[in-house]
Amino acid sequence: MADRAQFSDLTMEFMPALYSAALRMTRNPSDAEDLVQETYLKAYRAFATFEAGTNVKAWLYRILTNTYINTYRAKKRRPEIADVEDVEDLYLYHHLSGATSAGLGRSAEDEALERFTDVDVKSAIEELPETFRMAVLLADVEGFSYKEIAEITDVPIGTVMSRIHRGRKALQKALVHVGRARGLVGVE
Amino acid sequence: MTTEATHPEPPAGFIDCDQTIERLYVYLDGELTDARREEITRHLDLCGPCVGAYGFESELRRVIADRCQDRVPDSLLARVADALRAEDE
Repeated sequence: MADRAQFSDLTMEFMPALYSAALRMTRNPSDAEDLVQETYLKAYRAFATFEAGTNVKAWLYRILTNTYINTYRAKKRRPEIADVEDVEDLYLYHHLSGATSAGLGRSAEDEALERFTDVDVKSAIEELPETFRMAVLLADVEGFSYKEIAEITDVPIGTVMSRIHRGRKALQKALVHVGRARGLVGVE
Repeated sequence: MTTEATHPEPPAGFIDCDQTIERLYVYLDGELTDARREEITRHLDLCGPCVGAYGFESELRRVIADRCQDRVPDSLLARVADALRAEDE
């Protein structure tokens, strides 16, 4: 039997991050709660095999990701096969470059960026096809390295880099789309 | 694009703006080799428009991470604690 107190000390601080990731993945609060609970239960059962000193957060994300794929994606029967449209580098930056600055020492683009709300950014991320959404979450929200993401998602590093690269471009496109609807990005 | 028209011509031995922008994210991710990293840093030291793009992209990442926080419901904390306790019984 694992030591529950020791397990909790090591893992509970990651619950907010895991819950956020679960929300972005499932796009549904009730499924997100189930996913996080399942993740903790599986981690606890496997705690005896966890090597002290290794990366706890990456280990928990690996369990979360596998559980999501096996449980929630199975519901959809077929994995989402989707690609993202390629856009130019600095897509969002160029689209915000017409913004007007209040002249407070920051660039107009940075000021425009600050006007994107939680809901704007969350919905832009949730618009992304699953594979790209996961790559962007792990890299940009959680700050994992390419190597860690490769281990969490069980794909080669080259694939990770390509998914992050394309996912970020797709996110910029989604942000322009959201920003246009909210009047933060000018109409062409 | 007006911003691109004002990029200065890089001196010999320096990488150009396209090469810099192409590797900007990997640079921000801290995943370049030291030599590659140095090339970008040297370019950014002398190219204002690329520094503007660099600043924006790094700000964008901060904003994305900052906007994606969610409060854990108390009910979830309780459920997880209960589930772990039940596992020991």
